Amino acid sequence: MDEYVLRVNDIWKSYDDLEVLKGVSFELKRQEVKVIFGPSGSGKSTLLRCINLLDPPQKGEIYLSGLNLMGEHVDLNEARSKIGMVFQHFNLFTHLKAIDNISIALRRVKKLTKEEANRKALEALERVKLAKWADHYPAQLSGGQQQRVGIARALAMDPEVILFDEPTSALDPELIGEVLQVMLDLAKSGTTMVVVTHELGFARAVASEMIFLGEGIVIERGTPDHFFTSPKSERVQQFLKQLTILYGTHEKLLEQGD
Amino acid sequence: MMSETKKFLKSFLYLIAGIIISLIALFILFPKLYEIASYITIHGLLATLLLTALGLISGFALGITLALMRIYGATELRWLASGYEKLLRGIPILVLIYIFLYGTPGLFFYIDLRYRPIAGVVLALGLRSAAYQSQIFRGAILSVSSGQIEAARALGMTGSQSFRHIVMPQALRLALPAWTNEYAVVIKDSSFAYGVGIVEMTKAGYDFGVAFRELWAVSLGVVTILYFIFTFPITRLFGEYQNKKLKKLGMGGGS
Repeated sequence: MDEYVLRVNDIWKSYDDLEVLKGVSFELKRQEVKVIFGPSGSGKSTLLRCINLLDPPQKGEIYLSGLNLMGEHVDLNEARSKIGMVFQHFNLFTHLKAIDNISIALRRVKKLTKEEANRKALEALERVKLAKWADHYPAQLSGGQQQRVGIARALAMDPEVILFDEPTSALDPELIGEVLQVMLDLAKSGTTMVVVTHELGFARAVASEMIFLGEGIVIERGTPDHFFTSPKSERVQQFLKQLTILYGTHEKLLEQGD
Repeated sequence: MMSETKKFLKSFLYLIAGIIISLIALFILFPKLYEIASYITIHGLLATLLLTALGLISGFALGITLALMRIYGATELRWLASGYEKLLRGIPILVLIYIFLYGTPGLFFYIDLRYRPIAGVVLALGLRSAAYQSQIFRGAILSVSSGQIEAARALGMTGSQSFRHIVMPQALRLALPAWTNEYAVVIKDSSFAYGVGIVEMTKAGYDFGVAFRELWAVSLGVVTILYFIFTFPITRLFGEYQNKKLKKLGMGGGS
């Protein structure tokens, strides 16, 4: 039944009285890139944290390649090892060098030998162009480099899908480009991704679908073309206008990327 | 350009060399001092170090347990641990020693009579130090950012794996400076063993002073110097050096 890598069905999540997600559904095929955007407080990050059950939803279903993660007898740790996650604040392990940040889960979760794990970790670092920095601690890396290590850490696990939670919004403007470039490369090489971001240029270049989340529900969804030419709801039009003023469209980045 | 930590190590070596040289000079100038110092170290050093080490180790084991109870335990366990901390921090160490040795007869019935005072002091030092070490480790464990634990869980590590491989290694590094301070406290508190007749450095110095009245003040001065030698370099190396190293890693943020 499953052409879908990830299927999220009618997710509800509330914290005490605060309803954050009110029935969100979407699905993702292999090699698709889904961009989720919307105003702050609309539940974007919560949605991602619900998907790998870091913060389990109260109601709904999440299928990873057909397996219902909300079902009983599911090995959540194994399921999580197949869902990569890249965090807004990188969340690198401060006491470990870049290469060990990546290899530790390969060794402890995937039970690879030290040599295998290091080899894979180095490969992942090469993909984010940081192989030279393997022996540096996170504190010795720039924010952009740290985030690329974060991406490599997710990548090395060979996940079925990688979730990106506002990966560039904690970065200085001049460091955003290098991270987006890595993400563009990944998208083009066929990585399945769910990306929460306001980087419209990135969305325009690689998103197979964009989802506008507002107040816990999907307000509008469609291709990037749809959003940039004829968004239906006024809420979306307003939001896109503000974003373009704030962030620009990163058209320069796109030209480089192509 | 030398790194901060290398510079520190170099200055530390100078410091040690300085201490050794001034000690040698002192001993050459005043041979009596050397006699006093060797009497005290021969008779008391072993006991002091033994009491300190055993007190610290047992305090470490119990302290970590208490810290874990306070962070991860059920409500009752938290109360228990925090009550223990409050209680033990409020009792003078000498009172604890007397309680274990004279107030609770039969507590050490399985231990040879000769070693009971040592057992009592170690128990007192350990139980009290645990109350402080618990605070040290609780603070260190809590200062590992929750984001890192989330990242570990998101990679598929179990709760205990992320604790063992992510939280604990950082917490122990973060705790080291404060823990060294605790060592400095315990080594000095071990002098309360004097109160139950154990010959450690303080008692040895005192005995020497009693035997040679005119050297009474001098021998207590030597005791002071000996305690200083066993605390200052260690707190400086493991405390300040570790702080510099942690800062380099962006951990802790302390000065």
